[in-house]
Amino acid sequence: MFEFFKKKEENADNIENKEEKKGFNLSFSMFKNIISKTQNAISESVSEIISSKQKIDDDMLEEMEETLIKADVGLDTAVYVVDKLREKQNKLTPDDIKPFLKNEFNTILKEAGECKICLKDGLNIFLITGVNGAGKTTLIGKLAYQYKNEGKRVLIAAADTFRAAAEEQLEIWSNRAGADIVRKDGADPASVVFDAIKKAQAENYNILLVDTAGRLQNKFNLMEELRKIVRVIKKEAPEQITESLLVIDANTGQNGLKQAEVFKEATDLSSIAITKLDGSAKGGIIIAIAKEMKLPVKLIGVGEKMTDLKEFNPDYFIDALFD
Amino acid sequence: MFDSLSEKLQNIIQTTSSKKLDEDNMADALREVRRALLEADVNLKVVRAFISTIKDRADGEQILKGVNASQQLVKIVYDEMTKLLGSENKPLSTAGSPNLIMLFGLQGSGKTTSAAKLALRLRKDGRNPLLVAADVYRPAAIKQLQTLGKQIGVDVFTIDGSTDVRDIVAKAIDYAKEKGFNSVIIDTAGRLQIDTEMMAELVLIERFYNPAEKLLVIDSMTGQEAINVAQTFNEQLDITGIILTKLDGDARGGAALSVVHSTGKPIKFTGMGEKIVELDPFYPDRMAQRILGMGDIISLVEKAQEKIDLEQAKEMEKKMFSKEFSLEDFMSIQKQMKMLGSLDQIMGMLPIPGISKKDKDQIAHLGEKHLKQVESIIQSMTPQERKKPDILNGSRRKRIAKGCGLDVAVINKFLKDFENMKKMMQQFNKMKGNLGSLKGKRLPHQQFRPPIRGKRF
Repeated sequence: MFEFFKKKEENADNIENKEEKKGFNLSFSMFKNIISKTQNAISESVSEIISSKQKIDDDMLEEMEETLIKADVGLDTAVYVVDKLREKQNKLTPDDIKPFLKNEFNTILKEAGECKICLKDGLNIFLITGVNGAGKTTLIGKLAYQYKNEGKRVLIAAADTFRAAAEEQLEIWSNRAGADIVRKDGADPASVVFDAIKKAQAENYNILLVDTAGRLQNKFNLMEELRKIVRVIKKEAPEQITESLLVIDANTGQNGLKQAEVFKEATDLSSIAITKLDGSAKGGIIIAIAKEMKLPVKLIGVGEKMTDLKEFNPDYFIDALFD
Repeated sequence: MFDSLSEKLQNIIQTTSSKKLDEDNMADALREVRRALLEADVNLKVVRAFISTIKDRADGEQILKGVNASQQLVKIVYDEMTKLLGSENKPLSTAGSPNLIMLFGLQGSGKTTSAAKLALRLRKDGRNPLLVAADVYRPAAIKQLQTLGKQIGVDVFTIDGSTDVRDIVAKAIDYAKEKGFNSVIIDTAGRLQIDTEMMAELVLIERFYNPAEKLLVIDSMTGQEAINVAQTFNEQLDITGIILTKLDGDARGGAALSVVHSTGKPIKFTGMGEKIVELDPFYPDRMAQRILGMGDIISLVEKAQEKIDLEQAKEMEKKMFSKEFSLEDFMSIQKQMKMLGSLDQIMGMLPIPGISKKDKDQIAHLGEKHLKQVESIIQSMTPQERKKPDILNGSRRKRIAKGCGLDVAVINKFLKDFENMKKMMQQFNKMKGNLGSLKGKRLPHQQFRPPIRGKRF
């Protein structure tokens, strides 16, 4: 009765067995496997467009623009990149298109900043924010697990005191990861953060992960609440903020840009984490955000398991998209 | 960044004197429409199909007096989109005993919240709903549904520790029959549409129990991929409708058009916010305006109607124009304003020409700050001072300044502004007789609607 299912493209078990699955770094083959669906979208379309043509013509440029739009890079970014291509239309051949686009995207991603998370000595605070359903709590569980495995002392602040059972969800994750948690159910989120910072400082934790309630960026009061949390961290541990991380669902369309803009202003964002990249979405919003907001992607969520959070590698990402 | 379509179209200069819509005079406007749709995240395939429909439909149409080709075209775009979004909208099926409703979608799309909201709506419709926690994977998902169920007083069926979803559903149905629940809402785990195993779980339930409603929950912020998600869920489960969530955000929501266009299934409800109130009905006309960037003024008007007590509003209007208007009254007006949402939400719903979204946000931001200040000033006064601001002498003002942490100068300015406002309103009241003729006037897009009952506030 299952013949109506599409065949799954990759063999999950096969990936599972690979040793690298456990680490924080992702090898290129792993990465390519995971985002193969994304790759199909851009790479194959590009191949189709340029096949059987000798010259770069206007139709080709237009189709190229549409291919990029389909990957959620957004109209402005697509137009920007294709316009650059258009300028060199007569100097390049269709075969040059892929390298050209790769190079453009590479520049955009690299100019947005360093993609590696650099830990300091002593306490490192991570503020994790995002809209509802982006995957913040899950990401924190995985991040805690990662640092715990590296032998760090990890504390989690359950500052999502709003959503039903958010604290329970986080506690389950923290237990799985072997991290400690500060919970004050129903309390003011900023006070949870305050307590967590005090505890982290007093007990020499290396990592403090602050979970916050999901909020849509157009909710003034909720964004104010976030500013209050930021003020508390800045006052109590100004030197200890390692990352202010916005979590974005890979399925997000152009609203992702707006999210980055507003959260950046409210929380001094330092980077983006993109979740659910194991789905069929292209995650092209990464490119738009890097270009418009100069925010680098540092983490990617690629599955449901504890080990499915990886460092972002822009070279791999671009190679996987185009090769 | 997203300028509204109507603003853009204002800038298209008419180059043709033709009295009919043709390829030439439509080209510029259609390009802007295409742009607007893509910026709103409507899927490219859908954009193409839609634009081609518009071309066919509009070609040769007589241009009405008083409008230009672009304006006429936008009207056609708006009408067509409304039609597309709103066709075939049937009410929720209550077939089956018990009546089975299954919710599914990607992770984080808002299924659990929607399930609780749907239960609330069904109960308002006179049904006796049971929520079933069938998300056995996400940590604390069951606890979340239980907490929500408790909040709204709806029973939640769970089996501790079980991961057999089919068994949970079977037992839930037995339980419902036994206890007299006539609607059973199944909250399933979030899943990727490309995850064969997880999709099989849903298909099994679907084939075994044949739910009357199979609703796909989809996030209104979804990008180009919405179409593939919806298509796959529809192919495998033959969905009966869509719940569009997080519409209280500022995404333009082009995903709505993509999913309706690609599945032919209606959007049955929309979700607005995390507070558990019943799911909102879907209004195709408003969605079309939103996707096209035309503001959402009708929503604002209706929200005002819903939230503001009419009697109280009448009373207040009387007071506002009288000499007795006090700071206390002023506060309660502000409170009513607040119920409509934050200022940025209100501003966002108003299609104010010539003001960009960014400026609107800026104004709203400052306004909100100002309102907060005013609130803290009034809260630092005694009840007597609020009723009779005249008694506020220097020392009282100093005390208030201390109480709210502001400068005395700020207090002075506020009181002066308030006095001026009072004077202005009294003058306005005198003029009111002459303004009577304005009362029946309605905005153009309200022309075919029943009259709005709400008072101005």
